[in-house]
Amino acid sequence: MSKPIIHVENLSKAYQIGQIGTGTISRDIERFWLTKVMGKEDPFLKIGETNDRSSKGESDIVWSLKDINFEINQGDAVGIIGKNGAGKSTLLKLLSRVTSPTTGEIKVKGRIASLLEVGTGFHPELSGRENIYLNGAILGMRKKEITRKLDEIIDFSGVERYIDTPVKRYSSGMYVRLAFAVAAHLESEILIVDEVLAVGDAEFQKKCLGKMGDISKGQGRTVLFVSHNMAAVKGFCKQGILLEHGMIKSIGKIDDVISDYTSIENYEDSVVYLNEQTDRKGNRNMEFISLEIKNQNNLSTQDFSMGDDLNITFKIRNNANESKSEVGIQIRSSDDMPIFHIMPRDSNYELIHTQKEEEYCVTIKDLRLFPGIYSINITSNNTTGHEIFDAIDNIMTFKIVDGGTYTSRNLPRAAGLFFLNPSWKKL
Amino acid sequence: MENNSQSQDWDLVIKGHTSLFDIKFKDLWHYRDLLLLFVKRDFVSFYKQTILGPMWFFIQPIFTTIVFTFVFGNLAGISTDGLPQYLFYLSGITAWAYFADCLTKTSTVFRDNANIFGKVYFPRLIMPLSIVVSNLVRFGVQLLLLILVMVYFYFFPVEGTSFHVTLGILLFPILVVLMALLGLGLGLIITAITTKYRDLTFLVTFGVQLLMYATTVIYPLSYAREKGYNSIVELNPMTGIIEAFRYGFLGKGEFTLWSLGYSTLMTIIILFIGIVIFNKTEKNFVDTI
Repeated sequence: MSKPIIHVENLSKAYQIGQIGTGTISRDIERFWLTKVMGKEDPFLKIGETNDRSSKGESDIVWSLKDINFEINQGDAVGIIGKNGAGKSTLLKLLSRVTSPTTGEIKVKGRIASLLEVGTGFHPELSGRENIYLNGAILGMRKKEITRKLDEIIDFSGVERYIDTPVKRYSSGMYVRLAFAVAAHLESEILIVDEVLAVGDAEFQKKCLGKMGDISKGQGRTVLFVSHNMAAVKGFCKQGILLEHGMIKSIGKIDDVISDYTSIENYEDSVVYLNEQTDRKGNRNMEFISLEIKNQNNLSTQDFSMGDDLNITFKIRNNANESKSEVGIQIRSSDDMPIFHIMPRDSNYELIHTQKEEEYCVTIKDLRLFPGIYSINITSNNTTGHEIFDAIDNIMTFKIVDGGTYTSRNLPRAAGLFFLNPSWKKL
Repeated sequence: MENNSQSQDWDLVIKGHTSLFDIKFKDLWHYRDLLLLFVKRDFVSFYKQTILGPMWFFIQPIFTTIVFTFVFGNLAGISTDGLPQYLFYLSGITAWAYFADCLTKTSTVFRDNANIFGKVYFPRLIMPLSIVVSNLVRFGVQLLLLILVMVYFYFFPVEGTSFHVTLGILLFPILVVLMALLGLGLGLIITAITTKYRDLTFLVTFGVQLLMYATTVIYPLSYAREKGYNSIVELNPMTGIIEAFRYGFLGKGEFTLWSLGYSTLMTIIILFIGIVIFNKTEKNFVDTI
């Protein structure tokens, strides 16, 4: 049985969002004077309070990570997944010692090399070769280690011809190749990788994944991999950790963890509250206040499977005593192609306004879109369509994650956009 | 499993709160190659981005010396202890410039390297240390200028002035280390404070300039004593160092073991405070910047 190589115990990290340092002494003195001496309200406290994540409300401390416990064995390839803001980056930062935990501890055996970014410390004036040394040393390699691996690194990067040219003359692709090549040849027992695969061309990405596979399988080293790319995580990691709101939501086999991930409720993002800052057009005789999307189980989410129902609920305010209005909802694919446009009149429905604020729900049954990301545009106008009251593009996005109950086959965007399962027969 | 992991010996334990004096010298030693590579980077990038290259190293002391000679030597008529005026000012400027460079450049370490510090771990002290070493190159070039000027005045002496190299020059390596560490110590304190209070940065350049006037760069200590300001000037730890520097190279200056001992003690205290504050700041500064 393999031994634990990383042991994390009660790890927490708090960030202050309210009373952060104001940045200058004069302001700190001003604050001290106003709040402590004059007893007035703190004028600098507002900063950062709009942080939507703080469902904890009053407290000005946000726990980016809270009471994390896990253990990683030697040779494991572990995928760390979670939504934006779940605490993935914080966890990586703590593991790579960029910042230190508020409470708890991490115990590690061997060296940790972290790749939170490729090419950290690259200097544009230095040649490729000089940057290999510099970057390698920043990542913790000794000079003689780098010398020993130099040929291998240059070979892997594929920029041999330009190795003595200053990197400022490199194309961005070459730059990334060289940077990843250095990182991939680190001799640390633990390698932490953050989304670096999002760069470079497809061929190079494949090469990177292959190299990382080598590192974990071939050389028995431990790899922690953070990514939003589920296919990459699935192909490469055996174990997974799912973070949500700074806590571990699930941990274990990667397939289980990914399926947990796709079923997380996406409360915050599946509701949007509109305000003056929203990029909108129209005279605001009718004004959208909020919009939420839910599935058939009345669960607020942005992730849908094919065959799910899409419920779009919106609140609208009547600012000019309009008696009737029309609403148009357009769904666009991620490549910005309009897919369909729905209006109440198509369904023989009329929006007749009796109150200042009203809420409507439109249900699209049996969603048959191919997996991918889709966005919603919404407009409110008068019944003739000549006067636009309120129009907001890209108000919400949602994701079709898989074929749902209909099919388990692969459905790439290139194959189509709309799923049909007509009847077949032999004649 | 739990018991198993308790009994193992871990190479590294990352904790939130560690003792103030938990300075990882072993880590620092491991990253010594990085220090040299940073020095090389600074050097190469400096050359590649200028037209005149190392000429800049000469221009600053030469012009400062000329201006000082004109203003303080000729207009104000401040004594130079019987030394040729050019030599007197140049020696002071050369030593002071190294100290001032170490201080000002290390005082922005956190701000200048926020990006790299936010992405990868290495002992943060490597960065200011590499700056101090990089500055040695410049100091060496300027020292060469001083020696050239000394040779000139040896063959073409100015009437009524004299200078001679003394055994005190043997202390030179110690003086350099003292200047470097004193500048480093102050720089570390300032960089740690400026992560929280950015406005202090403006004070630094200005403060260093003021501090120069409280050091025996433009006047000899004997002149300060004559005017009764010596107690203030002697409180400045740089005074003892510059006086010893001038005594070693030019044979004039009030060099005493007592004043050098005082400078050494102050350097150690300031450096210690600097390292402790720096060490405490480096843990979490990524969150505040």
